[in-house]
Amino acid sequence: MATVYFDEATRRFSKDDDAPAVDGITLDIADGEFLVLVGPSGCGKSTTLRMLAGLEPVDGGRILVDGHDQKGVRPRDRDIAMVFQSYALYPNMSAAQNMAFALDNAKVSKAETKQRVAEAAKILELEPLLDRKPGQMSGGQRQRVAMGRAIVRNPKVFCMDEPLSNLDAKLRVSTRSQIAGLQRRLGITTVYVTHDQVEAMTMGHRVAVLRDGRLQQVDTPERLYDHPVNTFVAAFIGSPAITLVESEVREGVARVHGVSVPLDRAVAGRAGEKVVVGLRPESWHVVETPADGARDGADASALALNVELVESLGSESFVYGRPVGADEGTDRVTVRLDKRTHLTVGDTVHVEPNRGEVHLFDATSGERIEA
Amino acid sequence: MSTSTILGTLDDEKAPEAPTRRRRRRASHNVEASTHNRGPLWTAAGYAGMVLVVLVVAVPLFWILITSFKERGDIYVRPAQWWPDPATTANYSELTTRIPFFDYVRNSVLITSATSLAKIILGVISAYALSLLRFPGRSIVFLVVIAALMVPNQITVISNYALVAQLGWRNTYQGIIIPLAGVAFGTFLMRNQFLNLPGEIIEAARLDGAGPMKLLWRVVMPMSWPTLVAFALITVVNEWNEYLWPFLMADDESTATLPVGLTFLQNNDGVTNWGPVMAGTVLAMLPILVLFLFLQRQMIKGLTAGAVKS
Repeated sequence: MATVYFDEATRRFSKDDDAPAVDGITLDIADGEFLVLVGPSGCGKSTTLRMLAGLEPVDGGRILVDGHDQKGVRPRDRDIAMVFQSYALYPNMSAAQNMAFALDNAKVSKAETKQRVAEAAKILELEPLLDRKPGQMSGGQRQRVAMGRAIVRNPKVFCMDEPLSNLDAKLRVSTRSQIAGLQRRLGITTVYVTHDQVEAMTMGHRVAVLRDGRLQQVDTPERLYDHPVNTFVAAFIGSPAITLVESEVREGVARVHGVSVPLDRAVAGRAGEKVVVGLRPESWHVVETPADGARDGADASALALNVELVESLGSESFVYGRPVGADEGTDRVTVRLDKRTHLTVGDTVHVEPNRGEVHLFDATSGERIEA
Repeated sequence: MSTSTILGTLDDEKAPEAPTRRRRRRASHNVEASTHNRGPLWTAAGYAGMVLVVLVVAVPLFWILITSFKERGDIYVRPAQWWPDPATTANYSELTTRIPFFDYVRNSVLITSATSLAKIILGVISAYALSLLRFPGRSIVFLVVIAALMVPNQITVISNYALVAQLGWRNTYQGIIIPLAGVAFGTFLMRNQFLNLPGEIIEAARLDGAGPMKLLWRVVMPMSWPTLVAFALITVVNEWNEYLWPFLMADDESTATLPVGLTFLQNNDGVTNWGPVMAGTVLAMLPILVLFLFLQRQMIKGLTAGAVKS
């Protein structure tokens, strides 16, 4: 178990690269913490993980494990176990041999190796498979052997690089909770890379969002969802995505598609004339009859939407619609409905934003405006 | 906390059999099916091509075999006799009495094993260093190796001869073996094989604390057997048939290999008696044939199945 500290860690794939793959990341990971690195493809999350494991050099800054700079420390001397996306099992060895390999290299006694492998196999329910080779196992079984290979070592840090992305949807859900539960039980500091925001939101103590090699925000999943620091994080976290509308602020009131959205006085004071208003799908409620004519502008409080797509998930449904009268280029607004409300494509629905659930961002920088 | 609460239910137990293998088999069926659908003309042309190739390869071999069993007078008759009548083993006994045949066999076996072993070991470890270990000047070393591959050995033969003669190694085993032990081809072949291995497995082994030699023997080599066996087979066949260098180095049966020995047989009397020569050729081919049949099975196995996602 260990703490991990990224101190302005930077990775450049070529010397004169203006845009490093990992750009000065500073990140403090506590002992026993489960930290998820998340971001779109090519944001540098895997590179960050590989730098920690020693598989990529650190071109600038430092990475400390338990306060020790890892510069020049070989991967095998770091005591870090990694679970790869492809599992990377040794094809010539059985499941038991795969798990015992690291212990064998570390000169752990035969008896203890056997005991630790048996223990890991029990936790992962791999006992009947110990003599099988990876070629004779299903994807989920291989994934568990890869996990077993990491946990028998009892390392300082677990690095996991999208370990669930090759599993089918159902297995992914069950394995997700298994890994999170296992981490809680073992208490080993874990850095987990994923592009799947459900994994990010459900597994980690904290989530670090990366974009173009830069750290955007590190926070608990709840904070990330409720207080995204910029439009990128707001749009990346949450599914379906938040609706972001550029709007003008006048006298403490933002106008979203012609609908007045009153703002907190403190927030309104910090906002410029132009802001980006963010409203999550569940931040709207349907109003039966709009208080006043939705079309006649100035003081409308409800937004009339032309329903263009309905995604019904059974317990809830998501409605994607364009404001009535808006042109084709206008972004759609996403509204979550409970299962009692049924709409079909072509309907018009009137919705009002919930008070206090409005996110406000600066129109030029995209940064959150907060009191 | 009990295990079941951590794991919940495991719903992937349904597929214990290797799914990738099954998929691959199905895929190969499809390939066969598509070639079957090409029509009878294509099929006939395909068979004609195969027959042609078999004839080109097999007829000379067959001719060697039957000639080795013919009586001296029957070898030259026209039209050609396609079956030895009467069949005789006289050529084989003449072969073993007229020249020290078993000395040549011993030399061949010794020189071939030593050279092949040296080539394989050097090839594997140099390829390993050039592909998976990082050191300064690695690409330059590799370029030099490739450059060596471009030089035909007929060109280096004179300088090699001068050097070996200077060392007083003429007509010795080391004089034959050491100059032949260079390995540009093996380095090249094995390096490409190592570079094609899934990088994540190598990284996993490094993280698992495997040192360089352990990485090579426990992880890299087991995944590279088919290529290594192919390389070994090519090397052994080449060394067994190597003619020019042993011919230059060896003066007598103390070091001469089989191919060289057979030429001694050929030049013994003014007109070559082809019967014993063909018998010698047949016997020289046999070990390689056996080796090939034995190793062929090893070459076919694909050993990376199941290592990484398919």
